[in-house]
Amino acid sequence: MKLESKAPDGPIETRWERHKFGMQVVNPANKRKFKVIMVGTGLAGGAGAASLADLGYDVEAFCYQDSPRRAHSIAAQGGINAAKNYQGDGDSIYRLFYDTVKGGDFRARESNVYRLAQVSVDIIDQCAALGVPFAREYGGLLANRSFGGAQVSRTFYARGQTGQQLLLGAYSHLARTIANGKVKMHERCEMVDLIVVDGRARGIVTRDLVTGKVEAHLGDAVILATGGYGNVFYLSTNAKGCNTSAIWRAHRRGAGFANPCFTQIHPTCIPQGGDYQSKLTLMSESLRNDGRIWVPRKKEDCTKDPSTIAEKDRYYYLEEKYPKFGNLMPRDVASRQAKFVCDDGLGVGPEIAGVRRGVYLDFADAIKRDSEAVVREKYGNLFDMYERITGENPYKVPMRIYPATHYTMGGLWVDYNLQSTIPGLLVAGEANFSDHGANRLGASALMQGLADGFFILPYVVGHYLADAGKSKGVDESHPEVKAAIKGVQERVQTFIDVGQKGKRTVDDFHRELGAIIWNHCGMARTEKGLKEAIAKIPTLHEEFRKDVKILGGGEELNRELEKAMRVDDFFELGALMCRDALERDESAGCHFREEHQTKADPSVPGSYGGECVRNDEQFAHAAVWEWNGAGKPETRNTEPLTYEFIKLAARKY
Amino acid sequence: MSESIDLKLHVWRQNGPKDQGRFEDYSAYAKNISTHASFLECLDVVNERLVLAGKDPIVFDHDCREGICGACGVVINGEPHGPQKATTTCQLHMRKFTNGQELYVEPWRATAFPVIKDLAVDRGAFDRIVQAGGFITARAGSAPDANDIPVPKPIADDAMDAAACIGCGACVAACPNASASLFVSAKVGHLGVLPQGQAERDSRVLHMVAQHEHEGFGGCSNHYLCESACPKEISVKWIARMNRDLLKASVTHAPPTKSGGGDG
Repeated sequence: MKLESKAPDGPIETRWERHKFGMQVVNPANKRKFKVIMVGTGLAGGAGAASLADLGYDVEAFCYQDSPRRAHSIAAQGGINAAKNYQGDGDSIYRLFYDTVKGGDFRARESNVYRLAQVSVDIIDQCAALGVPFAREYGGLLANRSFGGAQVSRTFYARGQTGQQLLLGAYSHLARTIANGKVKMHERCEMVDLIVVDGRARGIVTRDLVTGKVEAHLGDAVILATGGYGNVFYLSTNAKGCNTSAIWRAHRRGAGFANPCFTQIHPTCIPQGGDYQSKLTLMSESLRNDGRIWVPRKKEDCTKDPSTIAEKDRYYYLEEKYPKFGNLMPRDVASRQAKFVCDDGLGVGPEIAGVRRGVYLDFADAIKRDSEAVVREKYGNLFDMYERITGENPYKVPMRIYPATHYTMGGLWVDYNLQSTIPGLLVAGEANFSDHGANRLGASALMQGLADGFFILPYVVGHYLADAGKSKGVDESHPEVKAAIKGVQERVQTFIDVGQKGKRTVDDFHRELGAIIWNHCGMARTEKGLKEAIAKIPTLHEEFRKDVKILGGGEELNRELEKAMRVDDFFELGALMCRDALERDESAGCHFREEHQTKADPSVPGSYGGECVRNDEQFAHAAVWEWNGAGKPETRNTEPLTYEFIKLAARKY
Repeated sequence: MSESIDLKLHVWRQNGPKDQGRFEDYSAYAKNISTHASFLECLDVVNERLVLAGKDPIVFDHDCREGICGACGVVINGEPHGPQKATTTCQLHMRKFTNGQELYVEPWRATAFPVIKDLAVDRGAFDRIVQAGGFITARAGSAPDANDIPVPKPIADDAMDAAACIGCGACVAACPNASASLFVSAKVGHLGVLPQGQAERDSRVLHMVAQHEHEGFGGCSNHYLCESACPKEISVKWIARMNRDLLKASVTHAPPTKSGGGDG
C-alpha cells in the first residue's frame, strides 16, 4: 500500500495557498459533464454537495435518514472553533494549529491541521452569510466563549444547539442546489458497497431502505462523508442509525483504514440506567465549569443519599489529583479517572453487571455561591434535559455522570487532497482520519466537517477530475458493476435465509459485541484484555452469522435486516480496532494502554501518575490497515508523522 | 413509584400507504417495562419480544434519541409526542405513565404525510417547502467577514427562537386542518428577521407558502394546537409575522413562477 501524504513542504503558512495554485482546474463549461457521488449529508457531505453543485458539477447525494436535515452533526451542542481572534485575547491561526496538534497528542499531520486552522475563519463568515443565528453581543458583533479547557475564547455558538444551526445552514444551502436541479438527493438510501473498476472508484451500490431495491449509482468520483463508527460500542452518543458500513465496505475494496483504535470518550454523559438502554446522552462539558465531581470515599456510602455524606467522606478525585486544572481536566483524563474510581467500587447509581458506573457532578456549591437563578440561567436547558431523562432534579440532588463514546478520530486514510488509497474515492469529515490525531479538542468536529465540505472538497475534487478525466466505458452492464450488485443481493439473501431460523435478535448480538469492545478497547486497554477481545470477537461474529433472527424479506422495508448488515460490519471493524490498539504499544491521547502511564511520584505534590506515555520513536506514525480478504489478517502499513513546527512534547497538566 | 409497569398497548399497523391500517393489541408484549426507559426504548423492548415471537416488529422513525434530529414522533392517546410538554417522543420517559394504563399509538395523520409503514410517515413535503425558498443564497467563498454585518442581540435571539424548529411535523399532526403553518413560518421568520435574509425575503415567503399549499397542507385557522404540541415551543407569533410578510410581498411582488426558487 502506497501512502504518500502529498502534503506540500516549505513555510506552513503558505502551503495551502501554494498547493491550491498548483492544482489543476476543470473548465467551468466542463464541470457539468462530471458526476460526483456524495454519500452522507451532514456538515461535510451537505456543505460539500452544495458547494460542488454551485461550482457546476452534477451531484448525486445519499443519506440513510428521511431528510438530510437529520444527520447526526445536528446533535453537537457546544460550538465551533475559529481563529478569528475577535476577542483580542491572543488567538491566531498558529495558536489553533498548535492547540490542535498538541491536543491530538502528536498523532495528526501538521499540514492538514494548519490548513484546518486557516479555513476555520472562512467557515464563520460563510455560516453567518447563510443565516446561522450565532450568539451576538449587544453591539451586534459575534460572541465567543472558551470551551473545553482552551486558554482563549475562540468558540462560536448558537445557544446549546450549534450543531443543529450549522447543519440547518448547510442543509438550506443543499436545498437550494436540489431545487435548481444540480443535486439529486436520495433519502432513506444506504450505501452498501463501493464499485471499483480498474483501480478507480466509479460508483456505489445502494439499498433503498423503503423498497429494498439494490442498485448501482455511477459517477466520476465518490466522496464518503458518512461520519464516525462510535456505535461499534452499541452504547454511544451517536444516533441509532450511525454506522461504519460505507467506510468499512470501501476498506474491504482497498481503502486503507487509519488508526481505528483512536476513539474518543466524552466525560459528561448521563449514565446507563438499565439493560433496555438504547443510547447514551451527552451533556455539554461546560457543566464542568461550575460542577464539582466526586464519589464517596467509602464503599458503604455508595448507596446512601448523597446529601447525608459528610464533606470529609467525599472524594473530589480530580481536584485532589490535579489541583491546577481540577474538574476542567481534558476529556480523556477526566474520563479515565471516572472509570478508575468506579472500578475501585466507589461508583454511584444503578448497579449493572455488578458495578455502579456513575460519579456525582454536584452543583450545590455553585448554587450556594451564585444562587439557583444564576445556575439556571447558565445551564437551565441541560438541567431540564437531565431531569427529563433521569427523573431527578439536579438543583436538589447531584447529577450522576459517566463517560461515553462520542467521536472517532480514526477513519479512512486520506492524503492532503482528502483522497483515500483508492483513486477517485475521497473522504471528508469524521469519516476520515486526518486532523485530530489521537484526541479531538472540543468544538473542533463541526469545524472540520465544514472545512472539508465548504473549502477543501471544492478544490481537491476538481484537481482529481481534471487529472483523471471522465470515467468512460463503465455503465450498468459492466461486469464489475453487475458483480457488485450481485454480491450485495447475495449478502442480503444470506441474512434473510439465516434469519428465518436464527434465535437471537440483532440488538442482542450488538450489545454483546459492544460490551466486549467497551471492556477491552474502551477507556483503558491492556495487552491481555485486547488479546482476549481479539479471540472473542470472531467467535461471536461466526455465531451472529449463523444464529441471528431476522423476519421478512430483502425487498421491502426491513429494519432488522438494515441493522444486521451494519452490525456485521461492526464485528470486523471491532476486531481491527482491538488489533490496532494492541499493536500500538504506547499510550497517546484517547488510546490509553495501562502498561504505558506515568508513575506516581510521592516526592512531587499532586503527582498521582496515570497519564499517557507516548513512544515517539516507534509510534510517531499513522497506522494504516490494508484488507487482505475475509478471515485473513490485515497488513499494518505506516505513514510517518514528522513535526517540523511544533516540538514533540509530553502533554502535562 | 414502581420501577416497572405493564401497559395496555394498542399500536397502529399499516403496511404501506394503500393499506387500510388498524390498531393491534400488544399488551402481551408490553409487560414489565422499566419506568426509566424512554418511550422509544419501550417500543424497542416490545419489538425485540415481537421478533422473538416471530411477529413483524413495529416500524417507527427515530435517530438521535436526544430530541434534536426531529426524526421521531408518534401520537400517544391523541397527543403528538405524548403528554409531556416541550418534549419529543424520544425524550418522553415511561415514568410519565402508570401501571395498567391504556395507550393508543398512532402515526402523524395528514394527507401531505403519507404513511410509509406503521408509525413512519413520509415528510418529504417539508424538504420541498425548504427547497422552494428556505435559504439564503451564499456560495462558499463569497461571504463577507462575519462581523461586517452586525446583528443586534435581540434580533439574533429572535431568529434563534424560530430556528430551533426540528422539522418533526408534530405541528401538522396537532392541527385540525393539518396545516404546516408553524413549520413554514418558523423558517420564513428565522431568515426574514436577519439582515442577511433581506434580499430574498419577499420571494422566500411567496414561494414557501405556495409550496405549502401545493403539498396539500391545510390553512391556519388559529387553533394554536401546533404551539402546544411543538417540542421546541415555537410561538404562533411567527405565523402572524409570516402572514404580514406574505401580504406585503404579494402586493409588491409578482406571483411565483414555476421555475422560481432556485437561483436568486
